[in-house]
Amino acid sequence: MLDMTPKELVHRKALRVNPAKTCQPVGAMYAALGVHRCMPHSHGSQGCCSYHRTFLARHFKEPAIATTSSFSEGACVFGGGSNLKKAVKNIFDIYDPDIIAVHTTCLSETIGDDLKTLIQQMEIPEGKIVVHTNTPSYVGSHINGFANMMTGFIKYLSDKNTPATGKVGIFPGFVNPGDMHELKRIAKMIGVKYTMFPDTDGTMNSALTGHYEMYPKGGTTVDEIRELGGAQHVLALGEITSVTPAMELKRKCDVDFSSLPLPIGVEATDKYVMALSHLSKREVPTELEEERGQLLDIMIDSHAYYGDKRVAIAGDPDTVLGFAAFCLELGMKPKYMITGTPDEKFTKKAKELLLKYGVTDCIAKANTDLFELHQLIKNEPVDLLIGGTHCKYIARAEDVPFVRAGFPILDRYVHPYMPLVGYRGAMRLAELISNALLDRQDRDAEDKDFELVM
Amino acid sequence: MDAREVILDKYSGRVFKNRKDHIVELDEAGVPKEIAANSRSVPGMMINRGCCYAGCKGVVLGPLRDTVVITHGPIGCGYYTWGTRRNKADSPDGRNFVQYCFSTDMQETDIVFGGMKKLRQAIREAVEIFHPKAVMICSTCPIGLIGDDINAVATESEKLYGITCVAYSCEGYKGVSQSAGHHIANNGLMRRVIGSAKDKIPERGLRINILGEYNIGGDGWEEERILKKIGYEIVAVFTGDGSYEALTHAHTADLNLVQCHRSINYIAEMMKTKYNIDWLKVNFVGIDETIRTLREIADYFGNEEIKQRTEEVIAEELADIAEDRKFYRQKLEGKTAGVFVGGSRSHHYQNVLKDFGMKTVIAGYEFAHRDDYEGREVIPNIKLDADSKNIEQLTVHPDEQFYHVALDKERFDELRKENVELEYYKGMFKDMGDGTIVVDDFNHYETEKVLDIFKPDIFYSGIKDKYMIEKKGFPSNQLHSYDYSGPYAGFKGAIVFARNTYLSIYAPAWKMLTPPWRTQPTLEGTMGDENYA
Repeated sequence: MLDMTPKELVHRKALRVNPAKTCQPVGAMYAALGVHRCMPHSHGSQGCCSYHRTFLARHFKEPAIATTSSFSEGACVFGGGSNLKKAVKNIFDIYDPDIIAVHTTCLSETIGDDLKTLIQQMEIPEGKIVVHTNTPSYVGSHINGFANMMTGFIKYLSDKNTPATGKVGIFPGFVNPGDMHELKRIAKMIGVKYTMFPDTDGTMNSALTGHYEMYPKGGTTVDEIRELGGAQHVLALGEITSVTPAMELKRKCDVDFSSLPLPIGVEATDKYVMALSHLSKREVPTELEEERGQLLDIMIDSHAYYGDKRVAIAGDPDTVLGFAAFCLELGMKPKYMITGTPDEKFTKKAKELLLKYGVTDCIAKANTDLFELHQLIKNEPVDLLIGGTHCKYIARAEDVPFVRAGFPILDRYVHPYMPLVGYRGAMRLAELISNALLDRQDRDAEDKDFELVM
Repeated sequence: MDAREVILDKYSGRVFKNRKDHIVELDEAGVPKEIAANSRSVPGMMINRGCCYAGCKGVVLGPLRDTVVITHGPIGCGYYTWGTRRNKADSPDGRNFVQYCFSTDMQETDIVFGGMKKLRQAIREAVEIFHPKAVMICSTCPIGLIGDDINAVATESEKLYGITCVAYSCEGYKGVSQSAGHHIANNGLMRRVIGSAKDKIPERGLRINILGEYNIGGDGWEEERILKKIGYEIVAVFTGDGSYEALTHAHTADLNLVQCHRSINYIAEMMKTKYNIDWLKVNFVGIDETIRTLREIADYFGNEEIKQRTEEVIAEELADIAEDRKFYRQKLEGKTAGVFVGGSRSHHYQNVLKDFGMKTVIAGYEFAHRDDYEGREVIPNIKLDADSKNIEQLTVHPDEQFYHVALDKERFDELRKENVELEYYKGMFKDMGDGTIVVDDFNHYETEKVLDIFKPDIFYSGIKDKYMIEKKGFPSNQLHSYDYSGPYAGFKGAIVFARNTYLSIYAPAWKMLTPPWRTQPTLEGTMGDENYA
């Protein structure tokens, strides 16, 4: 397995090997799938749209609808305006969404299609909407694409003249529908009026009934995005993912926001709960406090298995920070924290977190890849690896226990439904981590040491 | 309205005009029909097609296990073709690059100032770290636009490092689908790799290349197992579990078998012209088809010992699967299917369905050409449009040194008369008829429509459709990835296929779709109840 990866670390300037990120448009497509009756539209070659739909379908095990401008060589020469115009007409005619969310690709960005003007000059049926965002694949990662699509919706739709709604805007970050569901459940428990944006709970985890709904009941509605302009406050979860759209809403509609870490683990969930309680001026209900206590109970029950275990964590910046925070709370020691997304804020945040727990020998790196992580592990091994499915090759090569968490998970089921955020999510994460460690202990134990009770 | 009209009914004028020729209702089997294919998709239609890069890197080049294939462009394209196509590979020496993804991960400055410098550096790093025998460069969309001369970088790298380095200008916007990428990859392999070892042609024997076999789920391994059991020698597989090394010797084969006609017929044709290697359209999907294929190969070689061995192997393999075959036939007989995939598979799989008594009522290809539907006899009548003309037609000439002795003309004609598909592919239509519907470049809307009209017992498609089809209450299997099982080829593969089909149709959950409270009242009144005390 991965036999061609040498132990000796080599500095690379140009060759990316086994990336830990993908390109912006897939993030934009996912964000748009969290808007009710929205058709994501990829303005580029057919392949982009096909790859992104495939990828999302493989992670969520759900239909991922999206259309494409189907660029030909001619469109590259003359611009993609005509293709977009035809596409928009056909999409409204045939698939009848309320809104089309266009994102660009490296192709349309390189030829310089001016989406804003193209949309302004387009015939759009009464009551229908077309918005866009720029997602050049050669900048940032899918995380930026997700944020940019949110920003695009806000730019086009959010209305500063909306009367105060008293609602809290919750920007969930690039997480699963199960996470969004859990974030809403906590808000409901506290009694907060909220708008979650985007919201794939209901669109990317829809029920099997025998009747296909192209636009299931979930997703943030266009009206809700408009009314974000009158929100009381926004909780931007994920300090790297959600700040850009929150700043856009602040700029456009003067809605204040708090940037919070993804609520993964005790402390980060506490921050989320405190913020909700503070904003709604409602007390934290005992049921939620009970959940927190249960989580701590689990952490103490199983604490002996985590102590000083070295962990490698790979994935998207905010989820890696979240998983690392919870690992630290469990008593584990992050050894490597890596993301492919090029954003130095990640390393800064990671260092702050590690400093707090007095961990000094962890390598935290943005803009790197799984090939480098593998080389690092070859040199200084770890006891546990946490990340998306691509990490399983490293786990097998180096025989490291592996917990699948984050994006993408292509080889397992159920995960999109199950939260990792909130106290309940942390319980699940604790279960995944302790199971991985205990399974390993079982596997490696000789018969005489094989324990019934652990 | 007939089914075809129902499907087309919703379309506005321009879309109707385009789509009407892509949807064909077949009459009695054998009545020729014309279909529009390999033309531009209508923007906005939610199609299943991919791009030129997907066909070149994803399909044809990706499976080469000993080759570093560098995707030159932003990160996404390389990322999505990394380990996702199930083209299994096993390198005895551990030199397996199929588990890796290599990309230049271009950034904004590379787009503005050009990416050649970064590409050069990436190749240097690849050579220093991995020491590959061959490096292939695949361009993504922006490369053609910014004008990076990847051929110059390739030539330069060959000189610098003494390796083979081939550049493929397979930008995503070229052509109308993956198909253009297949052609570009075929050209590159033909020009630079096939026959480059220049070894002498041995005496005529039983040496075979398998073309258009990508070893999805281990199909190629199963085919090799059977062929080797009979006594054939496999020179090279294009390209499943294939290697650059093996392709360099491919010119020494006596016969080319063509499994996926769409993606590799260019190489088959060119090798015929250059080396005089005959090609035979085969099909290892399906029990009867595998038998037919094995007999035709034996017939081609005309070797009595091989003919006898072929019958022995067929008998052995059939005996091995007899019990399972009977069981699945019982369970699947009379079921109907829709098959919408690829450029060859929708035809191949109709045969394995027949083996188990199932009938294909609707079928279609995603990126096929007219010959894949109507047979190669239509090729002279296909009018090349602008998109096709932009894909290079490589011209090759007979190679003085390596031109083979092949079958004599008389025997060739004899075999052709017996319907052996030598230098010929009959296409999908001839095996269909009876009011079945064929849709080319099907889209999401049309897929939903055909499901509503034909209500098949199972629908074979890809991952983009699968979950929509299942939400509608129809079992769906993926014919790109075999739902992560396989192999589907050969005798044993047919059983794996039947098993998956059986599991999907008979999954217990299908019976539970309606909750009991929808059919039984839960609120019962007790007024006047005799037990009321």
